[in-house]
Amino acid sequence: MSRPVLEVRDLKKIYGTGEATVHALRGVSLTVQRGDYAAIMGSSGSGKSTLMNILGALDIPSSGTYHLDGVDVSRLSDAQLALARNRLIGFIFQSFNLIPRTSAVANVELPLAYAGVKPKERRRRAMAALDVVGLADRAGHEPNQLSGGQQQRVAVARALVTEPALLLADEPTGNLDSKSTDDVLQVFDDLSTAGRTIVIITHEDEVGARAKRLIRLVDGSIVSDVRQSPLDRPPVGAAAAAAAMARNHGRAAVYSGGRHSQ
Amino acid sequence: MSLFEVIRFALRGLSANKLRSALTMLGILIGVAAVILLVAVGNGSAKAISDRIEALGTNTITVMSTGRGGSSSTSLTKEMADALVDPELAPAVKSVSPVVSASSATMTYEGSDHSVSSFVGTTPAWFAASSTPVGTGSAFTEDDVDQGRRVVVIGQTVAEELFPGIDPIDKQVTVGGALFTIVGVLQEKSSTGQQDSNDTAVAPLTAVQQVLTGYGALSSIIVEAADPDDVDAAQDQVATILDQKLAVADSSSSTPYRIQNASSLLETQTETADTFTTLLGAVAAISLLVGGIGITNIMLVTVTERTREIGIRKALGAPRRVILTQFLIEASLLSVMGGALGVAAALIGSQFEIVGVKPVIVPSSIGYAVGVSIAIGLFFGGLPAARAARLRPIDALRYE
Ligand SMILES: Nc1ncnc2c1ncn2[C@@H]1O[C@H](COP(=O)(O)OP(=O)(O)OP(=O)(O)O)[C@@H](O)[C@H]1O
Ligand SMILES: [Mg+2]
Repeated sequence: MSRPVLEVRDLKKIYGTGEATVHALRGVSLTVQRGDYAAIMGSSGSGKSTLMNILGALDIPSSGTYHLDGVDVSRLSDAQLALARNRLIGFIFQSFNLIPRTSAVANVELPLAYAGVKPKERRRRAMAALDVVGLADRAGHEPNQLSGGQQQRVAVARALVTEPALLLADEPTGNLDSKSTDDVLQVFDDLSTAGRTIVIITHEDEVGARAKRLIRLVDGSIVSDVRQSPLDRPPVGAAAAAAAMARNHGRAAVYSGGRHSQ
Repeated sequence: MSLFEVIRFALRGLSANKLRSALTMLGILIGVAAVILLVAVGNGSAKAISDRIEALGTNTITVMSTGRGGSSSTSLTKEMADALVDPELAPAVKSVSPVVSASSATMTYEGSDHSVSSFVGTTPAWFAASSTPVGTGSAFTEDDVDQGRRVVVIGQTVAEELFPGIDPIDKQVTVGGALFTIVGVLQEKSSTGQQDSNDTAVAPLTAVQQVLTGYGALSSIIVEAADPDDVDAAQDQVATILDQKLAVADSSSSTPYRIQNASSLLETQTETADTFTTLLGAVAAISLLVGGIGITNIMLVTVTERTREIGIRKALGAPRRVILTQFLIEASLLSVMGGALGVAAALIGSQFEIVGVKPVIVPSSIGYAVGVSIAIGLFFGGLPAARAARLRPIDALRYE
């Protein structure tokens, strides 16, 4: 078996000091193999975003180790980190994080610019990525001229545009209607089918059901980690996920009960 | 990522924040323009002073009597002037012009009259020694002086007053009851003070003595040195000869005459003017510094505001170097453009008279002002950018 794309061991993240100390992560261990499609679910404040930021090499853990593609991230220099973020990882923020006063297409172009892609090629690929999320006609709009859902889709396009091997998405469908959600998830399914590794945070069971693997986080710890479909097959898709969800409805209830007993 | 791309990013960053960019540039513009203009004003006034003194002739010395007229033992005489022309004792002396002057002599021509404020009687060497060249016609000659011929060279003002629209050459005017023939008109001369230096007339020494002043003491003796560098030597030689003639004791501290030296006058005046320029430069430098603090402030605010943006850029894989370069270029573009506009403003401003002085730009002040403004822009633009670029992306994103 090839080395895992992501491997974290006993990850802890503590915010603040003294009275205000928050244990956002309490020893998370997780391995994600190449081609996997994992969904992370959990209630608000359970540490999902905190974990995701560390996985995206945007933040560092208080303790524990993180190997990205077999490399210990804590040993990477600033330049190497920049390279990894640019070439390896596509990151979708929960709060979009588009650059203000800059058009949608320029926002999407940005990772390509830092990758050294020529302007013409850059523009072409950025437009293609915007087309994928259905926003080609809004390319010239600045973030404050876009709706929340449109901004989110621009953020998705920006993460996809470099065709990263690892896609980290923090609630990429949180602001989308079911139609847009379906479109974005279809893109994720396609990427997964193409062998890319995806980790997605979501609150929606429908979204979680389409992933190959479902991880539940409660108060900074992983409480369950279920494989829903085989690693080496394409994801099940929308219809099969809906069917499976209906079947598993009882089990989901058990988990929501377990969360309160923690 | 090519430098060209980074420059485009920087330009986009600047145009996305137009008001802030404009204010920053305005700060630099004012600082740079103030430095250049104030130094130019200082320099201009120094130049004006030295021009005036140079108009008197830099390689001449003027000997004047300090005695209160009448007393023949202390007055300057024609003989003394002649004694100064001595290749042995006074080799540094090129020419000597004894001068008598009558103030306000009335000159009449065909019924109209004009009071000439300075009527000078002298020898032909005076024209060169006092830097007063003849414009049209000619000067009088040694022969005219020897013969006491009544010929006269008039200044521009006199020509305009008495001969409006007429060529004054060869016309006859009456001065002090005697007829003088006009042989030349002096070139226009810039006035050195309130007195109009073009309101003058120059005639042979003998003629003026005969008609106006009498054969008494000379008003002054103008001595021209052979070379501007010989002025001090000439002054010493003249003093030695005069001391002999006037029998001044070696021990005596005061002499009955006074020697005025245009170049030493020039020196002290230039020194004063230099101090003035330095002072103005210091004031201007402070204004540049204040402008620089303004830039610093705006740069700091910019980065605080844009730290989130830096976080996003880092998250998307921007290397620290690229972010730093972008901000440095933004900062230096602002300061270079502000500086260039400041230079332009100063150049335009220097076309006008400021507090009665025509500013004369000092080229080095341009380099200095622009250099400092760019250095300030780079340093204070670079510092906060470096700080922001060092942050972890998530910390930058959470920055408030
Ligand atoms: N910078 C911070 N300083 C202090 N506490 C923080 C910080 N960031 C997060 N926390 C705390 O850490 C915990 C986990 O936060 P996190 O953002 O990971 O939650 P989440 O699971 O993503 O929640 P949501 O579903 O609402 O996005 C929360 O209790 C939060 O208050
Ligand atoms: Mg979150």
